[in-house]
Amino acid sequence: MIKVDEQIAIEHGLKKDEYKKICDLLNRTPNITELGVFSAMWNEHCSYKSSRKHLKKLHTKGKQVIQGPGENAGVVDIEDNDAIVFKIESHNHPSFIEPYQGAATGVGGIMRDIFTMGARPIANLNSIHFGSIDHEKTRNLLRGVVKGIGGYGNCIGVPTIAGQTCFDESYNGNILVNAMTLGLVNKNKIFYSKAAGINKPVIYVGSKTGRDGIHGASMASAIFDDKIEEKKPTVQVGDPFTEKLLLEACLELMAGKSIISIQDMGAAGLTSSSIEMASKGDLGIEIDLNKVPCREENMTPYEIMLSESQERMLIVLEAGKENEAKKIFDKWNLDFAVIGKTTNSKNIELFFENKKVAEIPIDFLAENAPMYDRKWTKSKLPKKNKFSKDDFKSLKLSDCLNKILTDPNIADKEWIWNQYDHTVMGDTIQKPGGNAGVVRVHGTNKAVAAAVDSSATYCHAHPLTGGKQVVCESWRNMISVGAKPIAITNCLNFGNPEKEKNMGEFVECVEGITEASKYLNYPVVSGNVSFYNETKDKGIKPTPSIGGIGLLSDYKQMITMELKNDGNYIFVIGKTEGHLDQSIFAKNILSNHNGPPPEINLFNEKQNGMSILNLNNKNLIETCHDVSLGGILTAVSKMSIKGNKGVKLFPIEGLVNKFEYFFGEDQGRYIIEIKPENLGNVEKILKKDSIHFDKLGIIGSDQISYKNDLKISIEDIKEGYKKWLKDYMVN
Amino acid sequence: MKSSVIIFPGSNCDRDMDVALKKFGFKNQMVWHNDTEIPKSDLIVLPGGFSYGDYLRCGSIAGKSRIIKSVIDFANSGGLVLGICNGFQILTETGLLPGILQQNKYLNFICKNVFVKIKNKENKYFKNINKEVLELHIAHNEGNYFCSNDELKSIEDNSQIAITYCDHKGKDDEMNNPNGALKNIAGIFNKDKNILGMMPHPERMIDPFLSGEDGSLFFENLIGSL
Repeated sequence: MIKVDEQIAIEHGLKKDEYKKICDLLNRTPNITELGVFSAMWNEHCSYKSSRKHLKKLHTKGKQVIQGPGENAGVVDIEDNDAIVFKIESHNHPSFIEPYQGAATGVGGIMRDIFTMGARPIANLNSIHFGSIDHEKTRNLLRGVVKGIGGYGNCIGVPTIAGQTCFDESYNGNILVNAMTLGLVNKNKIFYSKAAGINKPVIYVGSKTGRDGIHGASMASAIFDDKIEEKKPTVQVGDPFTEKLLLEACLELMAGKSIISIQDMGAAGLTSSSIEMASKGDLGIEIDLNKVPCREENMTPYEIMLSESQERMLIVLEAGKENEAKKIFDKWNLDFAVIGKTTNSKNIELFFENKKVAEIPIDFLAENAPMYDRKWTKSKLPKKNKFSKDDFKSLKLSDCLNKILTDPNIADKEWIWNQYDHTVMGDTIQKPGGNAGVVRVHGTNKAVAAAVDSSATYCHAHPLTGGKQVVCESWRNMISVGAKPIAITNCLNFGNPEKEKNMGEFVECVEGITEASKYLNYPVVSGNVSFYNETKDKGIKPTPSIGGIGLLSDYKQMITMELKNDGNYIFVIGKTEGHLDQSIFAKNILSNHNGPPPEINLFNEKQNGMSILNLNNKNLIETCHDVSLGGILTAVSKMSIKGNKGVKLFPIEGLVNKFEYFFGEDQGRYIIEIKPENLGNVEKILKKDSIHFDKLGIIGSDQISYKNDLKISIEDIKEGYKKWLKDYMVN
Repeated sequence: MKSSVIIFPGSNCDRDMDVALKKFGFKNQMVWHNDTEIPKSDLIVLPGGFSYGDYLRCGSIAGKSRIIKSVIDFANSGGLVLGICNGFQILTETGLLPGILQQNKYLNFICKNVFVKIKNKENKYFKNINKEVLELHIAHNEGNYFCSNDELKSIEDNSQIAITYCDHKGKDDEMNNPNGALKNIAGIFNKDKNILGMMPHPERMIDPFLSGEDGSLFFENLIGSL
């Protein structure tokens, strides 16, 4: 048996004072198994020790919220007893080390969080961030991650309906893979992780336990260095086939009444699942580790407790229901073992070969886990750039547009989503590549929209504004498909929280998210935090990913973004001041990386959004697309390409120059298409609601034109926009 | 008309197929892979998915499953057997259909709309469809059809090619081949044309809000011709 000392504790990722605290709490030195359990529960990934204080500030309440943060996933009401269970989660560290398995098990893990609550997964989404396109690893990482996400989701048979891909050199050493799943559940049949009652059997189901993923959660709480390759064994290996069986078996068991509580074995495996269930139920738990189905021989208690083998669940069952439950798991060919029971000791007690090998009060692991109030610095709002006429003198609109449409962060991502099954389950009514993915609620007239957004550039320039902006962009994505925004889940990807600057970025992004979500009644109901996205002292840009969902009470009211008919008009809703700082145009054309991100005006944001929904309810708009990266001309081009229709743009009114007008990234804007016969009505409503709008142009021909300054055929811009990523991946 | 959809562990288009069959008037029932008998049916469907995880080879374990003997007997007695995607792979594994399905030419999973040209209408599956080209949807990693030259000759001699990948006008050349399939083959029959295996998923194209509606034509014809 290994003798535990401070050095070993440090190797487990614990700090000196944390180790001392463990010894003090126990009033003795922990043995190696106990140390392993402590390290798994006290690492950043599981304990949220740097973030907990700030996460409490998030806006998490609302009439629509059935379950907020703290469970396996959040739950919101979508009427008629239906509820949506959803969450986003990071799998960043493992995906960098082993992209296929890292991404695949990220998808598997988040889907388990959803069906653990009794919901059938109905849609997957993802947000993936890679390093610079010139970085030697980017292509392989992208290829591996996409294959991993597809490999898992496609096999389970859950459509991947939307996503987001970014390239930025700050991710060169730390890619981000955030996976999100939505599930559908009857709101009276939701399952929770809180155990209740003593002497209830604790059941292990699913795959066998192997040595993979040991210390995965600790790895996810560490920064990377040159020895990163050595961490490969800490990456879990996924088996989507087993997960599919586990999904069906769990849902079959859940149709009955034998489950008291259920929890998937995710990060820190058996350790965190058993402790979480006991802790929430204020109980103790006793486990006989010899009963745990093992894949490999001679596994030690330490290895069994810390394995992160995938596709496993822990269930507390009503006593006497074991046989009934076992039959279901036998039918699906899955392991089923009674491995312990709940107790009133309030301790976790582990037995192995008839000896007690660990005993720790649950409180020490959960409530007494360290919580830090880390120091942080406030970011200043950068000074605005002053561009002069000379900056634009030699520029041509068409060159700028072509360059922007082939920017890696703008160009079409079909190469990615064609590898994801996005139509299985037969309810996908809006595919990837639109404003948001939309799936029908099976067998009803309702549909749910979902999208993931992040804006690291803005968050990096000013975290508070950036935090607000991401929430607003998510809200706009819902509005643009005609859905009423309901709630969000957030995946907070940041650098090293022990650095004041990084911690400040986190704190202020959270503040921004909170402010916007409160104002828009768009509460955060679930999420996770991924810190230590740092390699050799270089951290990522602050990247909160926001997964939003919205509801269409009649799916036939859904709006899409492709231009529909010649002769129809297009309007811009929302005011265009021509904010170029931090825009794609500034970076890509003017090579300027300074200045503040566009300002967020929450009042206008809400007004504009609500008025779009109002127009849609009256069937007055044909098409809608929110204006985001690349500004108006980029948005129009995408709408033109998708609909294969040209646009004649009207002369701009006002003082903003054409580059600022067409490429500025002012917030809170949408482009809508209106039939000529509805023009009067639409204008009347917008004026009545005091909504700012510009008449942007009229649909027709096969080119986009603006006075004598721009004439560009749809075929030409389509070519570059559609082909960029494919060409990049082939070369 | 009665239909049966076989559920293998790992099938994931079973529900979609059930929905589609019922929508067009079939009385459908689901049959578990470990059963040995299939209830009286006019049509048996092997749905898409990843039967038994597609371990070993796509469809190979399903091709040896308990239920499969009844499927083979039913097919050999002239009953209609339709295999979609993984179901097509299973049918080739059982030997009911010639050839195999290899990994896609560019080694990626492909999920998108495609056009297919109907090559033979002298059968119950396509008889009264009054279109030559259908827009359907594919979602697979192993849809690259291949067979030996002898087999190909026999398939062609017996008009067993059911559908080929093409453009919207029906041009079925290499430019319009999404996965490298021999002769652009997207679906084939057995000699008697009672068994059809095809990669595209008609069940995902059954109303205007989905990727398209040509799947409806397929099912409408099918129930009409039984």
